[in-house]
Amino acid sequence: MVYTKRIDGRKIDELRPMEAKAGVIKNANGSASFKIGKTWAIAGVYGPREVVPRFMANPKHGILRCHYTMMPFSGSGERIKPGRSRRAQEISMVMEQSLAQVVDLSAFPNSVVDIFVELPQTDAGTRCAAISAACIALADAGIPMKDMVSSVAVGQVDGTVVADLNYNEESYPAIVSDIPVAMLHNTKEISLLQMDGEISKQDLIKALELAKSATEKVYQLQVKALKEKYAVNNEDN
Amino acid sequence: MSELLVQERSVVVPGEALAQGMDFLPGDNAYRDKDKIYSKVLGLASVSGRVIRITPLSGPYLPKTEDKIIARVMDITISGWRFDTATAYSAMLNVRDATTRFVKKEEDLSQILAIGDYAIVKIVNVTSQNLIDLTMKEPGLHKIIGGRIIKINSQKVPRVIGRQGSMITLIKDKTGCDITVGQNGLIWIKGTLEGEMKAEKAIKLIEAKSHLEGLTEKMERFLGESA
Amino acid sequence: MIVNKETIAELAKENKRLDNRTLTEFRQPILIDTNISWTAEGSARVQIGETVVMAGVKLSIEKPYNDTADEGGIMVNAELSPISNPEFEAGPPGMKAVELARVVDRGIREAKAIDLKKLCIAPGEKAWFVIVDIVSLNDDGNLLDAAGLAALAALKTAKFPVVDAETGAIDYKQKTDKSLPLTKEPLPITVYKVNGILLVDPSLEEEKAYEARLTVGSDAKGTISALQKGGDVALTIEEIGRMIDLALEKASFLRKELTKALKA
Repeated sequence: MVYTKRIDGRKIDELRPMEAKAGVIKNANGSASFKIGKTWAIAGVYGPREVVPRFMANPKHGILRCHYTMMPFSGSGERIKPGRSRRAQEISMVMEQSLAQVVDLSAFPNSVVDIFVELPQTDAGTRCAAISAACIALADAGIPMKDMVSSVAVGQVDGTVVADLNYNEESYPAIVSDIPVAMLHNTKEISLLQMDGEISKQDLIKALELAKSATEKVYQLQVKALKEKYAVNNEDN
Repeated sequence: MSELLVQERSVVVPGEALAQGMDFLPGDNAYRDKDKIYSKVLGLASVSGRVIRITPLSGPYLPKTEDKIIARVMDITISGWRFDTATAYSAMLNVRDATTRFVKKEEDLSQILAIGDYAIVKIVNVTSQNLIDLTMKEPGLHKIIGGRIIKINSQKVPRVIGRQGSMITLIKDKTGCDITVGQNGLIWIKGTLEGEMKAEKAIKLIEAKSHLEGLTEKMERFLGESA
Repeated sequence: MIVNKETIAELAKENKRLDNRTLTEFRQPILIDTNISWTAEGSARVQIGETVVMAGVKLSIEKPYNDTADEGGIMVNAELSPISNPEFEAGPPGMKAVELARVVDRGIREAKAIDLKKLCIAPGEKAWFVIVDIVSLNDDGNLLDAAGLAALAALKTAKFPVVDAETGAIDYKQKTDKSLPLTKEPLPITVYKVNGILLVDPSLEEEKAYEARLTVGSDAKGTISALQKGGDVALTIEEIGRMIDLALEKASFLRKELTKALKA
């Protein structure tokens, strides 16, 4: 049976309902909340600040450091034991690499920009939500970036290429592939690409093409969140 | 055919296209890629002549020579003090640049400035690695005693000071406080409790609303209200 | 805001505070939202002034401990996330997080707020174990009181998940409408001594200027279930008495806020 009707009734290129807000953590230099379906990521940016440990400092430019953490009660099953899991370490690393491609820290040698992402609840697409939140937070912090990065998972469920898989689709009892993608808005270049599952090259290219319109929808929301913070009618005079 | 894609004083995000065509030039915080000009930060777009520049709405402070800043002593060394400047870069103040009087070799430096003390200092040198040298020897530079220090985003400092100091003078007059604004975003306020609170609120208001029209009128209204 | 500690100490002597609050006033707003995380069996977000914390309750079925074969268990854990304060480091919980978690934990456990025997499913074999995780999101002072309030709100609104009658497996995706056997409402309130003056709900700056502090965990009847003294300076018995009075009064105030929030 080919997967034509999605479990939650969405169209194949339809993303789950999203919400984004900039400036949600007072102490942070920049911050953002990003929700897609039931996946919720809160990002806070501190920096550029002094690098600790010192040996990590780069004398040519600042470095980016991501810390991805799922809150212990955010997993869809049992409690997640606190502490750096290997999965969290890997996600932190691919996040760093994805965002480093747009961030320009050449004016801040020997410094670090720390990005902390905490997730209070999850339902698939977590690293994508984390990157999308982190990008808003970086812009909110005034970090120079040549472009915004928008991220969402695309994939294939039982022969059908879809955008933004939820947990039920990721674990659908058939051939599935889950492909987190992050895209730069202007050039449509891909800065994050991973895959779980099986897929043919043809379907992969189809999925990546779908990622263009899917990430564009995320981008619109990121821009709205940033501009809303400074909107004229956002006055409480 | 060159075309401006954004309005004056509109809020733009990093990577947003500002103009198309070769007639325009990228100014501060903007860059050109092929035939388009893009923003590099979240900020307000402004065009003067052919140059498009972006004024950041937020962002880190870049230390500059001649800037007056407020910093905190974090360490005492043989030759002076190391300061935390609320940036990624610490700053050094040598004993001979701290005071005009003669300081004996065995003198306890913490009697002049102790760890945790705040001071108004001036940047005299910034290296390529952003290491900073300070002086405290000029008039208006000294250790801070009393009052409170607040932190705002360094990008908003020009608005808090105002054209030729008009805004900061307005706040000082209406609150009766002494106020020193550091270019790094730290601001020292000293007055009565009520005066300090009002000045703090006024400055936070500027930080929040400076990108909107009619800031001066808003501030006059806010400060005109009874304490 | 950054202040010289002396300024806070001087103001305290005149019964004044930097934001013009009284010594016994909590900041505004006080916001309590529950069921904020769909993956938790119970959850809450608490905001006091600009301090924000989240708490989540997770339940699991385990073999009871040998010496309490007919009881389930409860534990409180806290993560002072570096997202909430630039001075917090990433990594395992430091002293501050451990103390916060253990004090909130004792307040709930020693008050016997949850009847652990009611968590037993099959003595010696299966019982419910409750873990409350607290995560700080913005630290502007008084994380402990906010954490205690969030933990209580999460416990009060938590529901048992569905258990498959045949396999005994927990289906976390479905909740029953059965609440935890919570019979008391323990809340910790921390009273700070600054320059000889007592105050509550300190901002981040006021926390740095303290000489001593006393956290008092109490239930609605005024029975004390936890005490923790902190700080380098000693307290007289008379001071402790006054601090307890103040803590009980403010705990009652926060309980009212919680009741208001749960009704809404």
